[in-house]
Amino acid sequence: MLKSTNVRAFLLSMLMLVLFLGAWHIWVEQQKGPAVDMDPEYAKLMGITAKGGSAMPGPLDVGRSLWGHITDPFYDKGPNDKGIGIQLAYSIARVLTGFLLAAAIAIPIGFVIGMSPVFRQAFDPFVQVLKPVSPLAWMPLALYTIKDSGTSSVFVIFICSIWPMLINTAFGVASVRREWINVARTLEVSAPRMAWRVILPAAAPTILTGMRISIGIAWLVIVAAEMLVGGTGIGYFVWNEWNNLSITGVISSIIFIGVIGMLLDLILASAARLVEYAE
Amino acid sequence: MGSMSNPFDPSKSLSSGCPCGQHGSMLEHRLAECAGEAPKAGSPAAPSSEARAEAYAPVDDRPAWENREAVVSRIVETAVVKSVFGADASRRAFLRAVGASTALAAISQVFPLDDLKARVLDAKGPLEKSALKVGFVPITCATPIIMAAPMGFYKKHGLDVDVIKTAGWAVARDKSLSGEYDAAHMLTPMPLAITVGAGSVATPWTMPAVENINGQAITLHNKHKDKLDPKQWKGFKFAVPFEYSMHNFLLRYFVAEHGIDPDKDIQIRVLPPPEMVANLRAENVDGYLSPDPFNQRAVYDGIGFIYKLTKEIWPGHPCCAFAASRKFIDENPNTFLALFKAIIDATAFSSKPENRKEIAAAISPKNYLNQPTTVVEQVLTGRFADGQGKVRNEPDRIDFDPFPWHSMGIWILTQMKRWGYVKDDINYQAIAEQVYLATDAADVMKSMGLTPPSATYKTHTIMGKEFDPKKPEEYVNSFAIKRT
Repeated sequence: MLKSTNVRAFLLSMLMLVLFLGAWHIWVEQQKGPAVDMDPEYAKLMGITAKGGSAMPGPLDVGRSLWGHITDPFYDKGPNDKGIGIQLAYSIARVLTGFLLAAAIAIPIGFVIGMSPVFRQAFDPFVQVLKPVSPLAWMPLALYTIKDSGTSSVFVIFICSIWPMLINTAFGVASVRREWINVARTLEVSAPRMAWRVILPAAAPTILTGMRISIGIAWLVIVAAEMLVGGTGIGYFVWNEWNNLSITGVISSIIFIGVIGMLLDLILASAARLVEYAE
Repeated sequence: MGSMSNPFDPSKSLSSGCPCGQHGSMLEHRLAECAGEAPKAGSPAAPSSEARAEAYAPVDDRPAWENREAVVSRIVETAVVKSVFGADASRRAFLRAVGASTALAAISQVFPLDDLKARVLDAKGPLEKSALKVGFVPITCATPIIMAAPMGFYKKHGLDVDVIKTAGWAVARDKSLSGEYDAAHMLTPMPLAITVGAGSVATPWTMPAVENINGQAITLHNKHKDKLDPKQWKGFKFAVPFEYSMHNFLLRYFVAEHGIDPDKDIQIRVLPPPEMVANLRAENVDGYLSPDPFNQRAVYDGIGFIYKLTKEIWPGHPCCAFAASRKFIDENPNTFLALFKAIIDATAFSSKPENRKEIAAAISPKNYLNQPTTVVEQVLTGRFADGQGKVRNEPDRIDFDPFPWHSMGIWILTQMKRWGYVKDDINYQAIAEQVYLATDAADVMKSMGLTPPSATYKTHTIMGKEFDPKKPEEYVNSFAIKRT
């Protein structure tokens, strides 16, 4: 039964994909207007769209472009033209650096906030004010103070991924069942041991959920940050394609961004499964 | 005068010695002078406008490297002339008889003067650093800065330069201010604006060379093909690439001359150049005055037409510039000189029409402009489709001339004043002379065998109206539409 559900879902997915690609192809074909009549000398200086072609690429064009990127991902033709593999590596490195730094700070602080009602109330106003700030709003400030665009993007990732982890850790720690803590107290477990052996495992699934939310946001933000500051990374890659008004390039990068985002999420989801427990 | 006077001038004596008597030779005297001048250049900007004007008061405040180079080259010439003639009297007689240029040529035959000069100049110190980052915005104005990389002009001057593509001018300014870029492609008004602190923290900035003259255009959406009179533009939305840009000032000037108030009758928005074409397609803007290749790109994609080239508004107007902070020049005089020479070299190469096709092919790839080669070629060669069904031939559609006229700087400042970007009273001449390194550009151009103009001021004619750089305030007040 399970197997047949899987197979049916897969077939349905494929059907949706084929329908979507077909509709896309037909739509693009219809966009193409009749060839415009112009002086041949003039026509030589004009682009395909001016001559009645469509600026919108069809699925086949995008497929070709994707294949080109996949077969040659690591070329390096100078500081402004590197392969998609190198660009993705830059972005992933930035996201992971910012994310791990945020985790290193958010989880301990979240622990303290979760365990102490006084700290929770003291931190609360700051968290509430800073949490809704769009991470990109930090960019000018970061550029001005840090004076390095690469580090600034890492800082923006740091600042956007810190809040979900902080809040989830605090929530997870605060909502560990009283009975378990009381039992540990009765057994005269020391405070560090209790934090490590009782509270952390109990709060781990919530903490992991916070990390999963964070990395999702971080991946969303890095593209925008790199589009702003340029240089390297997948965001710069999108911007460079846009600079050339190449819709094909933009669509291929969207697909790459989606796939990498999904992979990052899958990794954390499987980590979350490791710490799951049933009550 | 001592060994600093021109040895090829028959009216001057060559008896050496320093004028103040405190130094053993003229060289020591001049170098001591340079050392005394150097700290002034790096002094931080003062907060109030009066204090700022005072800080800029020493107009002849040149960085040390420039003096040192001129001094060294002149001393070599003098030493050679002296050794050839021995007695001063015979030198004077000889020069009077044959003329200075013949004498120079004759002596160069026996004595490779340029080689000697070069060796002495090289000996004055190695490059402080050779790996540099130079920022650029991907437009054809940046042609010399960009093509110097693939065509080897930086390498020729011993530099290893990475040219880094930048999304827009705000980012270029921020990355330059933060020191991430050693030098950058900027718009000619930007170094002035940064120096006076308009739109950023006031930081002493310099503009050693102009990149391009002309090369911009007003592009309108195809639906406006029947609205060729600016008086029909009321309610239009225009885009310019940056507030402190020639594009903004020229567009404002152009519409104001036709009786349209740029702040009330039309709307002017700032858009990064690459986004202009897409916004024109989406009809978010009715037109723009933007750098190429985005005017030509709108034609190429069948979205808009070229209404007017900016050379028809002000023939030979400056547009983009090569800019660096005073701090960079003071800390890296030798590196800066090499970079400066590479840029002048590349600009001179770009100004030759026969090189334009080759340049178009070199700067079109993804690493640089990332545009179809035919678009870039139409811009650089001036043979282009205008979007109205005609092929036009305008060889000077874009041209390259490194000389940063002080009078151009003053014109830009008058427009900043006219439109209210600068509120305080400013000393036009002092600021223009501090930021636009025209004298230095002339020296470097001369040392490379080019012929710079002899003056740094001239009158400009913009849409038939004359601008006299000696009367900036009167010029601002002469306009009917202004914000002051």
